[in-house]
Amino acid sequence: MYLLPTAAVLGPMFGYPLYMLGLLSVFDYRQAQVSGGEPTRFLGFGNYARLLSDERFWSVLVQTVVFAAALVLATLVVGAALAIVMDKASPWARTTLSLAALGAWAAPAITGSTVWMFLFDADLGLVNQVLGLDGYNWFYDKWVTFGVVGATVVWHSFPFVMVTLYAGMKAIPGEVLEAAALDGASAVGTFWRVTMPMLRPLVTIVVIQSIIWDFKIFTQIYVMTNGGGIAGQNTVLNVYAYQTAFGSSEYGLGAAIGVVMALILLAVTLVYIRALYRTGEKL
Amino acid sequence: MRGRWIANAVALVVALLTAFPLYWMALSALKPAGEIQSLDVRPWTAHPTLENFVRVLTGEGFARYLLNSALVALAVVVLSALIAFLAAVAVTRFNFRFRTTVLIMFLIAQMVPVEALTIPLFFVVRDLQLLNTLGALVLVQLAFSLPFAIWMMRGFVAAVPEALEEAAMIDGAGRATVLWRILFPLVAPGLVATSVFSFITAWNDFIFARTFIISAKDNQTLPSALLVFFKPDENDWGGIMAASTLMTIPVLIFFVVVQRRLVSGLGGAVKS
Repeated sequence: MYLLPTAAVLGPMFGYPLYMLGLLSVFDYRQAQVSGGEPTRFLGFGNYARLLSDERFWSVLVQTVVFAAALVLATLVVGAALAIVMDKASPWARTTLSLAALGAWAAPAITGSTVWMFLFDADLGLVNQVLGLDGYNWFYDKWVTFGVVGATVVWHSFPFVMVTLYAGMKAIPGEVLEAAALDGASAVGTFWRVTMPMLRPLVTIVVIQSIIWDFKIFTQIYVMTNGGGIAGQNTVLNVYAYQTAFGSSEYGLGAAIGVVMALILLAVTLVYIRALYRTGEKL
Repeated sequence: MRGRWIANAVALVVALLTAFPLYWMALSALKPAGEIQSLDVRPWTAHPTLENFVRVLTGEGFARYLLNSALVALAVVVLSALIAFLAAVAVTRFNFRFRTTVLIMFLIAQMVPVEALTIPLFFVVRDLQLLNTLGALVLVQLAFSLPFAIWMMRGFVAAVPEALEEAAMIDGAGRATVLWRILFPLVAPGLVATSVFSFITAWNDFIFARTFIISAKDNQTLPSALLVFFKPDENDWGGIMAASTLMTIPVLIFFVVVQRRLVSGLGGAVKS
């Protein structure tokens, strides 16, 4: 009974749209059908067949995976390295670092995007001034653009990894580390043999959380590359689904892309839930 | 110790680098127009001015958008706190048949690609005749902040010993009394932490506002307002930075308020 309000909100605004997403994806649903000019036509897996045979879909899928993988890796390396730095540093340095990280974490994705765009602006940006690159456009070459957007995303997301891992390291009982030291383990050995194994469950959670976030990246790409870059070269799946639906009014096809994404994320989520169970959590 | 010195130095350098974009945002917002357009960029300003803020707040309906964003965020926060509290009580205090299923559904709901769901949601909102209204934003954002809010509240409710409620029941308190007079005050701190997350989700939202508010200019929220300052030929960077600063400040304040709970809260959301 206490779940009633939840159901009242999630039913129509979450469950039903999810069902409709699936439904739309098997129909021919375009501008003409939305306005009622033509009847909606059942296509079965027609939209999916179109996607799978579409070279553009595959190239977007591949670059989404590559981009997300690079982001996850960069975020984790930076976050983990800084967690270790936090552990080793004096309290004042630690506080300074966590305050700065908190700021980057708190900044809305969209304002973070605008600031980085300004920093990398061709004419008035600080980066070009400092590097002496007059008028170099950072948003012209595909991979350079991905690099700048990626840096923005990492700036925004490493604090979560850093703070979580640091908290995990603090939670390891001091006696364990002392025991290792007494047994003659070196600092490096202790880290790899004791700290890391104990952090494994937490690392798994952070990795999967990052995969989910980075795979769904939208705002930064949409804002910084103005909807997908020159000729859509910087499109990722999420932006692609959105543009297909609302840009080209191919709602059915857009929904099919959405379903593909949802399925990929579902697979990742199942791994996540298994990881949770493994750490001995009870739901 | 040498290790400590190196760690301190690295921490300090990274802290500076990380904070720099935010410093640059605030600084540029305070720079007079001449300095922003100058090709000789300086990391300080001798003539701080509020002219960018004044221009932003008085022109292009920005103040209106600020109010809209605040209203939507406030409604989402209050509603999601109440609903999530009830739901959290249900999944922690009662054993019913599909409890685990329900919990896993909340977890999965957090992973759904929101942007893809905007496609069907657009039609749902249209059929409810809510396009171009703030109500649409409240409803949709409520739906997307609830799963996480419930997941997080669960930990806080579970932490309250059940014996307390039983004792009250024995003393003759009804279910409603126990719920609102005993449990609710006890989980209030958790509710605050959860609310901050709902607030941030709602405040930062970009895609819903962009999709569901098409023609009604008066009902825009901040993110779209920010894009107004992007012009095809010449971006008004002073204006953009001032608007970005205004949008960042509330979130920054909230983050600082809850920073202690952040880790334990997320830990609670993930672990407990």
